[in-house]
Amino acid sequence: MKFSAILTGSAVALVMALGLSPAYAAGTNLNMAMQLEPPSLDPTTGGAAAAIRSVTYDNIFEGLTKIDGDGAVQPLLAKSWDISGDGLTYTFHLQEGVTFHDGTPFSADDVKFSLDRARAEDSVNAQKQLFANITSVDVVDPNTVTVTLGSPQGDFLYNMGWGDAIIVSPASEADNANNPVGTGPYKFVEWVKGDHVSMEANADYWGATPSIETATIKFISDPTAALASILAGDVDLFGGFPAPETLDVIKADPRFQVIVGSTNGETVLAMNNGKPPLDNVKVRAAIAHALDRQALIDGAQFGYGTPIGSFFSPSDPAYEDLTGISNFDPELSKSLLAEAGVSDLTLSLKLPPAAYARQAGPIIQQELANVGINVEITNVEWADWLQNVFTNRDYDLTIVSHVEPNDYGVFARDDYYFAYHSEAYNAAVAELAVTSDPARQTELKKQIQEILANDFAAGFLFELANVTVANKDLSGIRANAPIPAAVISELSWAE
Amino acid sequence: MTSFLFGRIVSMAISLLVASIIIFAILEILPGDPAQFMLGVNAQPDTLQALRTQLGLDQPVILRYFSWMAGMLHGDFGISYTYRSPVTELVLQRVAVSAPLALYALTLTILVAFPAGIIAAARRNSATDLTVMGATQIGVAVPNFWFAIILMWVFAVTLHWFSAGGFAGWNKGFFEGIKSLTLPAIALALPQASILARVMRSSLLDTLGEDYIRTARAKGLSQNKTLWRHAVRNALIPVLTIVGLQFSFLLAGAIIIENVFYLPGLGRLIFQGITQRDLITVKSVVMLLVFAVIFVNFLVEVAYVLIDPRLRHQR
Repeated sequence: MKFSAILTGSAVALVMALGLSPAYAAGTNLNMAMQLEPPSLDPTTGGAAAAIRSVTYDNIFEGLTKIDGDGAVQPLLAKSWDISGDGLTYTFHLQEGVTFHDGTPFSADDVKFSLDRARAEDSVNAQKQLFANITSVDVVDPNTVTVTLGSPQGDFLYNMGWGDAIIVSPASEADNANNPVGTGPYKFVEWVKGDHVSMEANADYWGATPSIETATIKFISDPTAALASILAGDVDLFGGFPAPETLDVIKADPRFQVIVGSTNGETVLAMNNGKPPLDNVKVRAAIAHALDRQALIDGAQFGYGTPIGSFFSPSDPAYEDLTGISNFDPELSKSLLAEAGVSDLTLSLKLPPAAYARQAGPIIQQELANVGINVEITNVEWADWLQNVFTNRDYDLTIVSHVEPNDYGVFARDDYYFAYHSEAYNAAVAELAVTSDPARQTELKKQIQEILANDFAAGFLFELANVTVANKDLSGIRANAPIPAAVISELSWAE
Repeated sequence: MTSFLFGRIVSMAISLLVASIIIFAILEILPGDPAQFMLGVNAQPDTLQALRTQLGLDQPVILRYFSWMAGMLHGDFGISYTYRSPVTELVLQRVAVSAPLALYALTLTILVAFPAGIIAAARRNSATDLTVMGATQIGVAVPNFWFAIILMWVFAVTLHWFSAGGFAGWNKGFFEGIKSLTLPAIALALPQASILARVMRSSLLDTLGEDYIRTARAKGLSQNKTLWRHAVRNALIPVLTIVGLQFSFLLAGAIIIENVFYLPGLGRLIFQGITQRDLITVKSVVMLLVFAVIFVNFLVEVAYVLIDPRLRHQR
């Protein structure tokens, strides 16, 4: 007994000796967190992971244009631009007096270098298609560059605002994966792999001086750890908070604010349109009508998420609510199956490891069972999913959130895993790509949404919510995440 | 002793070779293309091919095995597919967390388990013994991730004595580093200490029943002196075996605790490597761990010989 008392005593003494209260947030320091660690810090080579952009975009690296929190295109390294009458030539006027973090001056040569590198034959840019339409990049003078396109392209300026289209310097590009050098308001300081990336304000920044001077981005994927990091005050801002089930606890605590916005993540029950009986639109319609979106949002997302009826973000001005086309109607679903002459249907449902998929899977299984479709669930890893579902199309159903902005083009790709094909759809997407008139663009975007909804090209479920948890004294937080970004220069502490 | 050491080293080399073949083969069979994983769902086929060529994934299997082995023999573990930095560097960063954490946890384990086990055995069936046995029963039964969460809740969230997780980094000073590892080390040590205390107790009880203990007592040695001079030393062999296993386990098996406290340790590196198909990292780290386990076992065997003179003469 005496021994255990000594033990307890020494444990307490040890804890007391080591215990110090954590440092309180200063007015210029920010500790933020996100779920996933980027595999590299170079968004331009061989990495599609959103986390790369979340860390680097508009913090370390900058592009010609930028996409703001509302999804609109803004000037950045290009302070203005002229577009030729035929829509083929873009002349960018660049910011002056810009230097890279290593002191190298920024000029039109860097723009040419970066764009040529991204579109080169041996390019390993994960979004190489953004640059596919460029036929030449020409330096006019150190502050002017022209980009010539093969055909007019309505979303070209938007594309140049993606995190993959940032401008790098030939002097530092080779080592950007581990020591990123950009033109942005923050300089890279260190990356303790598995733990955090830290950066500090760039004293020579060409634009406005940001309020936050030092920032640390920690990577915490475990939901319990995420909640504890917030409650313990270790983290001031957590974007993409992984524990939605605990938000009520945080909301009830006056130290914090919870901001719920939307992402560009269309979560779909993808159907293999090329595989019988899913090549029959009636069968796909039957599946779509069997899905209760609100039950899925409540069950899989703890109520956070917006129902969608097509493959389009509700935060886009051209969005149309088409959820009525595939409304929840199990009776209709049953009669559609009877009309299609399908009975005893058994389908495979392959679930990648994302929480939304693993939680929605069993609910969908039950909903489809209610209309007489038997669903066999298989849990797969991402790498397995990419090979067997995405590349080999060995699946009937799967649940995935497509998070890239304006990615409706994937339904026009015959080699894509949806195996969807529609001449009308392809024509609309092709026309949209070369349309720059805003009214016609909106019209075409609506047409695109309607074709997909009426073809029941997939089970359109919900738009992923963007849940941010932060210290209440922090302001400037983006509610929506139209592209993956954590723009630190927009944030500031209350006085 | 020399022939003993030589024999052990040869068998270590054979084990490592067999392990390398098994590890390589298993990771070859695993579905999933690293290049596809890295480029994601918008990638075009020609971009994928370019990346495969860049990573050397288009080389024949046999060639890749031999270049991996040849690299390891002169200390080059390859370049991580995803992190794009040398695997050696990644491993060293992680070992700087995992090894001190394992040692810290093992030290706590021994500091608790040895006295607890010895006292329980020496006062068999007393209230102390019952308390130790009861407490260790609970310690073995409590899942350590749950205990970790409780520690985090009490000491980080409520009392603010510690951060809820993360690793400050040794460059912030020894004290900060140790502080980050304290809660995880306690969480890891609890079940290990419970197991070890029970092993210590039963091993010591066995030894206390030996004839030489009775002889020592008959010669007039006091109970305490008999205990410390003869019994404890001889009871250490099974205890050391367990300590060796525990160290290997703590080095690589702390993955759940690493997750709870988001520590950048070896366990998480492997887990991440597997899910992201960073196969070169997984292969090399697993090989290093195999080496570490074999090496620790070797040290334990050497320690047996040093502790027990009877084993020395058998060789």
